[in-house]
Amino acid sequence: MMRFMLLFSRQGKLRLQKWYLATSDKEWKTMVVLAHKPKMCSFLEWRDLKVVCKRYASLYFCCAIEGQDNELITLELIHRYVELLDKYFGSTCELDIIFNFEKVSFILDEVLMGGDVQDTSGKSVLKAIKQADLLQEEVESPHSVLGEMGLA
Amino acid sequence: MEAVNLLSSNKYTEKQIGYLFISVLVNSNSELIRLINNAIKNDLASRNPTFMCLALHCIANVGSREMGEAFAADIPRILVAGDSMDSVKQSAALCLLRLYKASPDLVPMGEWTARVVHLLNDQHMGVVTAAVSLITCLCKKNPDDFKTCISLAVSRLSRIVSSASTDLQDYTYYFVPAPWLSVKLLRLLQCYPPPEDAAVKGRLVECLETVLNKAQEPPKSKKVQHSNAKNAILFETISLIIHYDSEPNLLVRACNQLGQFLQHRETNLRYLALESMCTLASSEFSHEAVKTHIDTVINALKTERDVSVRQRAADLLYAMCDRSNAKQIVSEMLRYLETADYAIREEIVLKVAILAEKYAVDYSWYVDTILNLIRIAGDYVSEEVWYRVLQIVTNRDDVQGYAAKTVFEALQAPACHENMVKVGGYILGEFGNLIAGDPRSSPPVQFSLLHSKFHLCSVATRALLLSTYIKFINLFPETKATIQGVLRAGSQLRNADVELQQRAVEYLTLSSVASTDVLATVLEEMPPFPERESSILAKLKRKKGPGAASALDDGRRDVSSNDINGGVEPTPSTVSTPSPSADLLGLRAAPPPAASPAPASTRNLLVDVFSDGPAAQPSLGPTPEEAFLSELEPPAPESPMALLADPAPAADPGPEDIGPPIPEADELLNKFVCKNSGVLFENQLLQIGVKSEFRQNLGRMYLFYGNKTSVQFQNFSPMVVHPGELQTQLAVQTKRVAGQVDGGAQVQQVLNIECLRDFLTPPLLSVRFRYGGAPQSLTLKLPVTINKFFQPTEMAAQDFFQRWKQLSLPLQEAQKIFKANHPMDAEVTKAKLLGFGSALLDNVDPNPENFVGAGIIQTKALQVGCLLRLEPNAQAQMYRLTLRTSKEPVSRHLCELLAQQF
Repeated sequence: MMRFMLLFSRQGKLRLQKWYLATSDKEWKTMVVLAHKPKMCSFLEWRDLKVVCKRYASLYFCCAIEGQDNELITLELIHRYVELLDKYFGSTCELDIIFNFEKVSFILDEVLMGGDVQDTSGKSVLKAIKQADLLQEEVESPHSVLGEMGLA
Repeated sequence: MEAVNLLSSNKYTEKQIGYLFISVLVNSNSELIRLINNAIKNDLASRNPTFMCLALHCIANVGSREMGEAFAADIPRILVAGDSMDSVKQSAALCLLRLYKASPDLVPMGEWTARVVHLLNDQHMGVVTAAVSLITCLCKKNPDDFKTCISLAVSRLSRIVSSASTDLQDYTYYFVPAPWLSVKLLRLLQCYPPPEDAAVKGRLVECLETVLNKAQEPPKSKKVQHSNAKNAILFETISLIIHYDSEPNLLVRACNQLGQFLQHRETNLRYLALESMCTLASSEFSHEAVKTHIDTVINALKTERDVSVRQRAADLLYAMCDRSNAKQIVSEMLRYLETADYAIREEIVLKVAILAEKYAVDYSWYVDTILNLIRIAGDYVSEEVWYRVLQIVTNRDDVQGYAAKTVFEALQAPACHENMVKVGGYILGEFGNLIAGDPRSSPPVQFSLLHSKFHLCSVATRALLLSTYIKFINLFPETKATIQGVLRAGSQLRNADVELQQRAVEYLTLSSVASTDVLATVLEEMPPFPERESSILAKLKRKKGPGAASALDDGRRDVSSNDINGGVEPTPSTVSTPSPSADLLGLRAAPPPAASPAPASTRNLLVDVFSDGPAAQPSLGPTPEEAFLSELEPPAPESPMALLADPAPAADPGPEDIGPPIPEADELLNKFVCKNSGVLFENQLLQIGVKSEFRQNLGRMYLFYGNKTSVQFQNFSPMVVHPGELQTQLAVQTKRVAGQVDGGAQVQQVLNIECLRDFLTPPLLSVRFRYGGAPQSLTLKLPVTINKFFQPTEMAAQDFFQRWKQLSLPLQEAQKIFKANHPMDAEVTKAKLLGFGSALLDNVDPNPENFVGAGIIQTKALQVGCLLRLEPNAQAQMYRLTLRTSKEPVSRHLCELLAQQF
């Protein structure tokens, strides 16, 4: 099971965090990861957890998994997630994540739920998101009428 | 509040934002939770899959107990309902998983569980992926309920593995069919032992082989994602193979595959291969195969640029070490230590120390290694490590000379680490005499060498050195004047540090006041230390955390018989009940009366020598015993218990019978009526030693369980049982002991005993364990009898007779006339009576042949006064024993106990 997932910039600014197990102690040393060089190993031991991290352009993706979990598949899960973001936003950049925080978070929810993989098919995740977007647009057009009704 | 309103909105956008807000910002104990729950409930009941999914996501994200209470019953229904959409099923499965992890008691098991298993057959791969996660978690708690999932998982896995790379459409990831699902299925199978059904097993083995074969095929894509996904499955397959640990063929293939990865250019793969090999090394089938890669691993240790990879390499070297390659590995690790990262130095030091000890064939190599360790990384050598080397040197007389010579040479280096000075000080103090014959290391040279380091050392080291000096005075009388000069120097006698000052003052006085004999006794060589688990190993386990501990245990399982930790080699005296504290007790009680003309301080001084001398290496010595001494220090030094402490309990072998039933236990018990330490029981497997001390109505007993075999005892559980009403009479607190006793090792159990009221039967000690798979059990009587709580009372003849008359009721008296079983020796009889606990009163009985004693039995509830008279008749070889106490059953019981002793 994944314990948490963090996205942060090279400056160490947190862009997205998702904790799958309530932890009181969230002091996560981004420094360790930032000192990481590309040729180095993507896996680190941190307390009793394993941290898998990967850098895409200026963004670091970090996942903490439990001792029994498979590191490589987690690495690829990060990649799949980045692919999905790419497909959805065209070419993702840090700004997309800052300004479309809710979308980024929904896509993550579709891939990962409660720390476990929900669906790994690119298509079905995108379908779910597109469907949600459609719903959103549909509702937005007759906004006034429904809005009044809803509020009435 | 606004967010809750948004939740109940019909508009998707608003609902979505409401849920997002709640998932991100609401904490689980907010008071809004009830309102939120209500909105969620409505959404779950709606038939709109999008809304249902949103609601499920929200539950999973918050995952509080309240939510569990509200929805744990609904979600299983949604999960197995025939008409639920696939996406809803996926969310429901994971949502349920989350709730189950948060509060397992809330999720009701029921008929839905059977249907969940069948989700493994679902058409939709996404549903299967989600369901496997749920089942894996559930089956850990209830393996039997989910047993059917094995065959389903195997057939699913084999379909995926054998499918062409395009069959699974969107679930194929860079030409690898459904990697996530495969990994999860393999994970699920690791919850169970190998399948029993031959057909299923055959199919599974076929799958595993396919995966191993695929690793050899040329990659279908150059992308790193392809190889990562493929290797993720491969590593998971290997962990399943290791988990089964029953297919030698597969294990060796796995090992070869990992061997290839060791030289792969991907750092990640090298890292993982090293990690997996660590576990492979502990399997008997693949241990040899792992060892063939030793050169690669050593090379990795030297050349890897990433510290975490080097650390894995060091771990693997530790795991693959055995007697055949120990020298090579230890020397490589020592070399690595010189350049190792500071963060992992201490761990490496511990590992080297353990390996050196475990696989030492000749102990001079061991001593060399540890001294090298101190030289190279002195700062990282913890107390445990150098304590251990001292323990081993003390216990093995064949290395003592070598050790003394080596430390002497090491100390000659211009700059040597303080730990080296400590070890050197201790060893020369004990065994310096062994090298004194060589003029290059004559006593004055030894002394001046040590003293040249003195001023540069910390207080603790200087204190140790002072103890060494006083030992020198004993070993080499010719150094006495020099050393006394040093002790007398103002810098010692008026040292600002209390400890140093006290030592200097005491040692100086001791050296000038005590006669050579007393000095020789006081400063005798330290007795061998009791064998027990190496404290270094314990420390490494602590460092590595609980998970790694088992791996370490695995690592040493097959070799425990070679362990110095009390392996088969030690002399009998070190295996049996440890004598140090008995010696101390004996010595400590003896000198004061003898040295009575000496100033009053002498006794304190001696006592101090004993509590300080060994304190130079505080946790080295038998710490519990030390605590034991100070807490239960006998009120008067001439206390009979202390005098009687058997100086050589080891010389008292128990009977060789196996598995004694209660009758023999009685006999064993009788041996302990008049003494407090010795071997309680011994057979071919197990030796149980006892040492105890009693004061007033309290007692403390140490039980030492020694494993005499070379095989580990498992499920070892000694237990104290109070039959019948004993529970109200005697309170025994036991400390738990470790469930495993390694071959040749000894574990110790402490019992705190409180006598509540008088009692007649002793508690039972029941020992159970598994030896080589066969359960063993053994019931003994614990040597706690009522006379242990005797307090000796001195009284004049007049008082005695007055009390004797007071106890004249017929029932208060118990008398027994019996034949002597042992030769009638007055001194032996005296000692036995003292050991029994009563005071011996002279000049009371008109007949000097007779013995008269008095004492009080202390219990929490009451005290029982007790008078006794023993009349030996040498001609008839008979005794008459009369006891009078204020309680009738006590009289009879004591009479019976004592009568068996003569």
